[in-house]
Amino acid sequence: MNEIALLVAATFNAGTVLAIAALGLLINEKAGIVNLGAEGMMLCAAVAGFAAVVYTGNDWVGFLAGMGAGALMAAAFGVMVIWLNTNQYATGLALSLFGAGLSAFVGVGYVQAKLPPRGDYSIPFLSDIPFLGTALFKQHPLAYFALILMAAIVYFLFKSRAGLVLRSVGESPESAHALGYPVRRIRLLAVIFGGAMCGLAGAYLSVIYTPLWVQGMVAGKGWIALALTTFATWRPARVLLGAYLFGGVTMVQLALQSRGVAVSEQLLSMTPYIATIVVLALISRNPAWIRVNMPQSLGKPFYPGG
Amino acid sequence: MNSKRNLLALGLSAAVLATLVGCGKKEEPKKEAAAPAAAPAPAKPDPLKIAFAYVGPVGDGGWTFAHDNGRKAIEKEFGDKVKTSFVENVPESADAERVMRDLASQGNKLIFGTTFGYMEPMLKVAADNKGIKFEHATGYKGAENLRTYDSRTYEGAYMAGVIAGKMTKSNTLGVVGSIPIPEVIRNINSYTMGAQSVNPKIKTKVVWVGEWFNPAKETEAATALINGGADVLLQNTDSKAVLQTAEKLGKRAFGWDSDMTAYGPKAHLGSAVINWGPYYIKATREALEGKWATGATWWGVKEGAIEMVNVAEDVPADIKAKVAEIKAGLKAGTFHPWTGPIVGQDGKEVLAKGVVADDKFLGGVKFYVKGVEGKVPGAK
Amino acid sequence: MLKLEARPNPSKLWGFASPLLALVITVLIGTVIFMAMGKAPLTALSMFFWEPIKSSYALSELAVKATPLLIIALGLSVCFRSNVWNIGAEGQFVFGAICAAGVALMADATTSRWIVLAVLIAGVLGGMAWAGIAALLRDRFNANEILTSLMLVYIAVFLLTYLVSGPWKDPNGFNFPQSKTFEKVTQIPRLLDGTRMSIGLLIALAGVGALWVYLFRTFSGFQLQVGGLAPLAARYGGFSSRKALWTALMISGGAAGLAGALEVAGPVGQLTPYIPVGYGFAAIIVAFVGRLHPVGIVFAAILMSMFYIGGELAQSRLRLSKSLTGVLQGLLLFTLLACDTLIAYRVRWQR
Repeated sequence: MNEIALLVAATFNAGTVLAIAALGLLINEKAGIVNLGAEGMMLCAAVAGFAAVVYTGNDWVGFLAGMGAGALMAAAFGVMVIWLNTNQYATGLALSLFGAGLSAFVGVGYVQAKLPPRGDYSIPFLSDIPFLGTALFKQHPLAYFALILMAAIVYFLFKSRAGLVLRSVGESPESAHALGYPVRRIRLLAVIFGGAMCGLAGAYLSVIYTPLWVQGMVAGKGWIALALTTFATWRPARVLLGAYLFGGVTMVQLALQSRGVAVSEQLLSMTPYIATIVVLALISRNPAWIRVNMPQSLGKPFYPGG
Repeated sequence: MNSKRNLLALGLSAAVLATLVGCGKKEEPKKEAAAPAAAPAPAKPDPLKIAFAYVGPVGDGGWTFAHDNGRKAIEKEFGDKVKTSFVENVPESADAERVMRDLASQGNKLIFGTTFGYMEPMLKVAADNKGIKFEHATGYKGAENLRTYDSRTYEGAYMAGVIAGKMTKSNTLGVVGSIPIPEVIRNINSYTMGAQSVNPKIKTKVVWVGEWFNPAKETEAATALINGGADVLLQNTDSKAVLQTAEKLGKRAFGWDSDMTAYGPKAHLGSAVINWGPYYIKATREALEGKWATGATWWGVKEGAIEMVNVAEDVPADIKAKVAEIKAGLKAGTFHPWTGPIVGQDGKEVLAKGVVADDKFLGGVKFYVKGVEGKVPGAK
Repeated sequence: MLKLEARPNPSKLWGFASPLLALVITVLIGTVIFMAMGKAPLTALSMFFWEPIKSSYALSELAVKATPLLIIALGLSVCFRSNVWNIGAEGQFVFGAICAAGVALMADATTSRWIVLAVLIAGVLGGMAWAGIAALLRDRFNANEILTSLMLVYIAVFLLTYLVSGPWKDPNGFNFPQSKTFEKVTQIPRLLDGTRMSIGLLIALAGVGALWVYLFRTFSGFQLQVGGLAPLAARYGGFSSRKALWTALMISGGAAGLAGALEVAGPVGQLTPYIPVGYGFAAIIVAFVGRLHPVGIVFAAILMSMFYIGGELAQSRLRLSKSLTGVLQGLLLFTLLACDTLIAYRVRWQR
């Protein structure tokens, strides 16, 4: 029983990194922009966050630094794809290359650095509940932040006026433009938000999760976050569930191994991606379903007045 | 609205890039200071040029870091008689051969390749450059100008096991494995046997991550082991993530490849380090003196290539004494961790009483010894 | 304030000047980095721009590195021109390599040299099949090919790792996750002794010519472009945008698969988990930097390869960090993509 609680806790923790990044990317995709630079942004944010904690000893400064690094890179990307109309995929991939190189280059001096020790993060009283306490209430505050972020995004997207505008920009930038909304500025803000959240996730990885800095340490998590938004058909709650699922697949596989049960890691890891494709095919079949699920202008450039 | 565009955009993106690059510059002095200055041209003979191809970044804090320390040991030992260079992050793909050929074309006379995956490229390049000596770590194919070397990491694993066997409270050890090759399986077994020598109740759980270097996944694997009841961990992967996870979760673990004391002061029980320096110095000396000959070298505690350092203070004195005794025995050649009787998982004897495993036996270990749980991946 | 204003026609001058300007800016930033690191900037720059082309051997290695990028990018340019967004070339490359390896592993010492042809065809078919999944999903289910092709990359990589650590693992390979070394007969023929250049380079160059003819001299190429760019116009013109979809994905998938076969049976010579090194993604950048034009792509592939190789040379000779490769590549791409704005727009001072 306790082992299951611990497994849930580990899954919760592993999913947090993915959830925060994917929820951020969800926003810029809802505005119609795909940013394939997630991995590069997370890497730069990981080193920026780690370095900030090395200097200040304060984790929260590290998170801010990570968010700043992610936002800055996303802004560069946004300006290029939104104002200069460069191709989103090529620019995003260039950002990934650049971010991987830059983080390695800047981070050389921090590989040997270490962070101050930390206590545990148990929530008083709640963490004493049998099973649930261990499973859910001994996480770093950012793990709960992911839940709040999800709720906030649900509210923002589906209940607030600003969210409606953002969605309309992603659905039909032309009509949003005709209605007088500053389409490009809104898209830029969405991209920056996505970058900041990827940055937060990257910093969480290097400051809390592992915690260390070495080059390439994001190890594909940015790419998984990109896949997650699709897997979740751009629904915030499903993004969160998907993140725990993707995180959980690894944890379950490792937990089974530690009990002596051998499973093919590759085949198991493959399943969420196959599921994503199947889900995508199912929702795309029906124009009504796709309309409620997928941002219509995703990945397409917008030329105002053109 | 017409289609006029704000040039601010261009300016902003340039500024962002400039800032990012600016961040990079600040770190430079450090890096420069760390790298030893290139040797000034000596008066008499030209320095022997030595090159290294590394599979990972110099700053991985583990495998490649340990090799780079070996390179620095050469520079320290021979000063301006040698000139070393390296290329890091050379993938085990088509790129490896190009890097090797380039290193050869630069006049390097001694070239080290520090990962198994360079075996085929090094064989090809060695065949075309007979005047150059090649040294391949962890491989098994040689040539007249290509020889292999490795270190007996299992000796470090055995000593770690002795400490772990005493320090565990749950009688359950955990190992984070990388890829199930004989070397890693041998280390898991050695760790277990070391622990069983002081505590017969020991069980070992193993989790494979399928990679040499993925800190996040190593963290997850360590968490899974601890959740499963293991309380003293060892890793045969290249980062310090496992030790840090043990520190965070209040369990114990070891450093591997290099001294990792600083990364988990409370959790750290000792570091099983590889010291490539002695071999690299020997190889360089042989090349300098023209005595280099092909072969295969496998060094351990005896030659100073393996060491257990910084054993934690709370390890009981009798265990410390036992580790010291093992070290002395390994140095004198009177002790061998793989001495029979050794019993496999299925209870069958794989090595008879009193028989010492030879290197061929050790090189082909594909089974778990009794006490290790689970199955060797890919075993039939 | 400075404003960008649309030109009535794209500027021919800037079409040529923009890449040069981008290169100049990258070189300037690179110079600043080199100087900050205390290296002579000219020496450092020569590692990237001179050393990789200074001898015939260096050129041959440059060609080895550029060939897969070139082949994949050529295929992708067809795709992108027809507005089909295949960003999963990496997956098609991997699956092509898997299929090619499957054939190569069947060979033994007595097999005829013609097996090479089978290996290459298997690669092409493998790449086509993998891209075909994306095409089918688009065609039958209207599923976005950007996303499906990207998901298929992960699946192909997991499949590769599964095969080399399970069914196809070398029984004598000490449990290392890799296949046995292929028989010598499966080796892609080399062009010159002493180099690693293979017939892959000839195939790539033939591809450049073929693509040029196809795009600019045939009705079908024209159709392809129209069918993608404006599905409605194409329908009125009687073209099928379905046909464009399939053509684009088959060509780009086949090209990526071919590159995978050339790599696995060429310089690598066995199936290993290190087959995917990002060529499929880098080729997307190459295609855009080359402006989806066959000749432009040749230059772009060469330039990307110069950075890859230059990074290694700079490290072994000058002890510059190899991670500079990514920094400089990224910088060049950003500046180039940004400078290309000047082709369609002019800068105006306006109050």
